[in-house]
Amino acid sequence: MSNSNISMVESPPGLEGQGFFATSLDSLVGLARANSLWPLPFATSCCGIEFMSTMASHYDIGRFGAERLSFSARQADVLMVMGTIAKKMAPVLKQVYLQMAEPRWVLSVGACACSGGIFDTYSVLQGIDRVIPVDVYVPGCPPRPEQILDGFMQIQELAKKESTRRRNMPEYKALLASYGIE
Amino acid sequence: MEKLNNQQIIEALQKAFGEHAIYGIGESHGILQVTTHVDQIVPMMHFLYADPILKFQFLTDLAGIHFPEAKGQELGVVYHLHSLENNVRLWIKAYAPIEAPNFPTLTGLYAAANWMEREAFDFYGIIFEGHPNLIRILNVDDMDYHPMRKEYPLEDATRHDKIDEMFGR
Repeated sequence: MSNSNISMVESPPGLEGQGFFATSLDSLVGLARANSLWPLPFATSCCGIEFMSTMASHYDIGRFGAERLSFSARQADVLMVMGTIAKKMAPVLKQVYLQMAEPRWVLSVGACACSGGIFDTYSVLQGIDRVIPVDVYVPGCPPRPEQILDGFMQIQELAKKESTRRRNMPEYKALLASYGIE
Repeated sequence: MEKLNNQQIIEALQKAFGEHAIYGIGESHGILQVTTHVDQIVPMMHFLYADPILKFQFLTDLAGIHFPEAKGQELGVVYHLHSLENNVRLWIKAYAPIEAPNFPTLTGLYAAANWMEREAFDFYGIIFEGHPNLIRILNVDDMDYHPMRKEYPLEDATRHDKIDEMFGR
């Protein structure tokens, strides 16, 4: 195995000695979560094509522990919204978000998902943050796969640093309540 | 067989419905366009459909249109007909005031009119009397206006990242 160039995830800060390693549960859970995020691709237009490229062998989102795309919302961790969301699609998107189990993150990819983009018109939702809370925004029209990967790595950072109790905080509950989500 | 020309269509319509039934006769790209009265549409379509020579049996399109300046006839409907056998097309227009945009439905003659009339209702608020299911077809059900009418801005009113300062306006 000497010529292997597989890089391993760095261990979180902690106390190490012969035969033991002590760290906080939060960072251990965060480490595990961050490196096995299952994305749910919600691709509606051209950003979805960029996502296909991100997913395929050249850029390979699997390198970040996102090998397993979840096409069921119930098993997904990250909702990746890529493309224009028409107003008629908004309730569908919200329902998909509601079906996801905590902890859940949302990555908004591309100008249309972030703000409506060039579609400043009566039929298009002016940013998905009108209906669901968004963790990371990736700008671009469409963004390159590198940018999508960078956005995904930002989600990983969030997952790593997040306290396991964050989802029970009153601030988080207030955020969800502001979207009418229980 | 000689090709059906536009003059023949005009004469056939005037013979069947009288001199004043059609007006605003014009031609665009070789396609005859005529304007008629709202109450003449259904009998005229039935005549064009059933006539053994004309045979306009294909409703290719039906569209709404809005002219805010034309008082008393703000809202219009444009019918595009195609006679497949003659390979001749025909546009028929009719106008109604915006206060009472009532048109008769064509669903009794052309099944294709069903969705197209729903679309014109969705975007222009044109009421097609007798339509079996006149509800919105493309926009969200809870939309409270008809977006293609010209009194409404094209831009979405809820957009708030287009601040004039940022664009140097």
